[in-house]
Amino acid sequence: MSGHSTYQPTNPAMQWLEKRLPIGGLIHSSFIAYPTPRNLNYWWTFGGILSFMLGVQILTGIILAMHYTPQVDLAFKSVEAIMRDVNFGWLLRYLHSNGAAMFFLAVYIHIFRGMYYGSYKEPREVLWILGVILYMLMMATGFMGYVLVWGQMSFWAATVITNLFSAIPVVGDAIVTWLWGGFAVGNPTLNRFYALHYLLPFVIAGVVVLHVWALHVAGQNNPAGIEPKSDKDTVPFTPYATVKDGFLIVCFCLLYAWFVFYIPNFLGHPDNYIPANPAVTPSEIVPEWYYLPFYAILRSIPNKLLGVIALFSSIGILAFLPWLDTSKVRSARYRPLYRQFFWLFVIAGIGLGWLGTKPPEGIYVILARVLTFYYFAFFLIVLPLLGIFEKTKPLPNSISESVLGAKA
Amino acid sequence: MSMQRTIFALVLAGSFFAVAAPASAQLAEQVAPPRQKWSFAGPFGKYDQAQLQRGFKIYREVCSNCHSAEMLSFRNLADVGGPGFSEAQAEAVAAEYKIKDLDDQGNQIERAGRLADHFPAPFANELVAKATYGVPPPDMSTLAKARSYSRGFPWWVLDMVTQYQEQGPDYIAAYINGYKDPPKGFVLPQNGHYNEYFPGHNTAMPQPLQDGQVTYDDGTPQTVQQYGKDVAAFLMWVAEPHLDARKRIGFQVFIFLIVFAGLLYFTKKKVWSDVH
Repeated sequence: MSGHSTYQPTNPAMQWLEKRLPIGGLIHSSFIAYPTPRNLNYWWTFGGILSFMLGVQILTGIILAMHYTPQVDLAFKSVEAIMRDVNFGWLLRYLHSNGAAMFFLAVYIHIFRGMYYGSYKEPREVLWILGVILYMLMMATGFMGYVLVWGQMSFWAATVITNLFSAIPVVGDAIVTWLWGGFAVGNPTLNRFYALHYLLPFVIAGVVVLHVWALHVAGQNNPAGIEPKSDKDTVPFTPYATVKDGFLIVCFCLLYAWFVFYIPNFLGHPDNYIPANPAVTPSEIVPEWYYLPFYAILRSIPNKLLGVIALFSSIGILAFLPWLDTSKVRSARYRPLYRQFFWLFVIAGIGLGWLGTKPPEGIYVILARVLTFYYFAFFLIVLPLLGIFEKTKPLPNSISESVLGAKA
Repeated sequence: MSMQRTIFALVLAGSFFAVAAPASAQLAEQVAPPRQKWSFAGPFGKYDQAQLQRGFKIYREVCSNCHSAEMLSFRNLADVGGPGFSEAQAEAVAAEYKIKDLDDQGNQIERAGRLADHFPAPFANELVAKATYGVPPPDMSTLAKARSYSRGFPWWVLDMVTQYQEQGPDYIAAYINGYKDPPKGFVLPQNGHYNEYFPGHNTAMPQPLQDGQVTYDDGTPQTVQQYGKDVAAFLMWVAEPHLDARKRIGFQVFIFLIVFAGLLYFTKKKVWSDVH
């Protein structure tokens, strides 16, 4: 997708096709000849891992959909029938449920990598914003998928999350009724969540194409945070990036397989093996782990409307990161102060996740407020000011110099 | 320096799971059940057929009087990875049950059970169950996965590595053995029963099993201790009938992935050797 293709097919059939639809050239320039910075480290393989996980989720999801019944009396039973009576149904379902967790693990690493190395900065703002959109789509998709199981936690998570919209003044209740398709979470809710859970992954796939397109226009950022200047600074995507991505994808699969085959219910809540029962509220309602930090932010604020605003702002603020960070230097390698604030931010994120599992009382509320404050201060105070006051280290002259030192 | 950073980052990534798991942390004052040895624990775990057969005997003679297991079919008794009954034995079990059905003229009849039938529920519907018992006895199809207890930090992090996943059966075995006189000052509501391991201690079910209540023909001790373990193992199988296959295939997948990752590692090294 960058510049004119150097693709010269030798096969006559491919030559014939190339004149009419230059798809071979497109693939060649995007995934074979595409120049990647030679200094990329393994944190750059998570884009490949995420593409792989999206594929796994869509593939397992389509087969699960063939056996699933989106009806309140049958949904839980149909999931259990998949676990018992569909050939390798247990494998498909565990791959899909743990696959969602792995997808989020990978996306968090991917986002933190982008933040650490300043990958959102000019000229990659659109690339970054597309990534934020992908993350939001993932959250919506993951949430609706969790509801489909129609266990106790599914039902009550759906109730709590949809009720967030009731905080909107005047029209809040009408919006919630509209979301539910009724006056409580029920069959119409389950039906539409199913339809959307099937639709959104393909929207994600579409935005991934835009994300990759934007990536291939701007080129990849790299640990040095400087642009490639000569051919010495880059290597072709294939074989260099493909074999490196491939290796890490297989390593990631080892972790994934550990969860699927040995501890498949570790990340789930036992209550979700109890069929949904609107008459019985569980003793605790907790979201899946990947939403916990935002759940803690929501609950740290005593006013419901402000809490909901904080929740959505905490995700939406990511889209403004390219302009909130005023520093000219991209990589945290050369930003000693930013590096410390960054790791504090990571710790705050994990801390908020932990607080998401705790009851909103006593010391937990105070801690959640402190961390929520830091979360927003990082974006709104620290990043704008650091660009002005931070004394950055000198940047290397080129990527190859940063890798090979004086030899280059 | 870079290595340290990598390790630090990996630890942080790992702690994402850390925040995740111990969801049942807030359950009301729950006493941790003692850990049992289970044949199905660990990467090479398998159900013990004799234990599942004993557990099934308890389920049939005791539990099923009040508890349904609606996802369980008679044919499952002869499934691979289950209690190991022959098809003829499973058929014989099925034939002992009366199943409500319609005949060709649409009249309601009761016929003998067949392999394809599910175990019939002991009550006509949930309202009847609720009216009879006060609280509807939970269905047992997924019970062993729907029960757990909080392990607390740092144990639940280690559980990820040690694969301790048997909190459900441990809880059930402890619960069966957890009936006691309430301690002084504990106000037990009417129709309540004190159980050490039940969250909040007030459980609706009276003590279900006494020593010697179910006869074993294989010489296994007929104690509540043993009953608790056997029925918990059986319920784990009911909740997760393909556990044997899952762990067996998992090991094969690991062998494949490790070899594949090794090959890719050396390929990567070779490919990149002219760049570094």
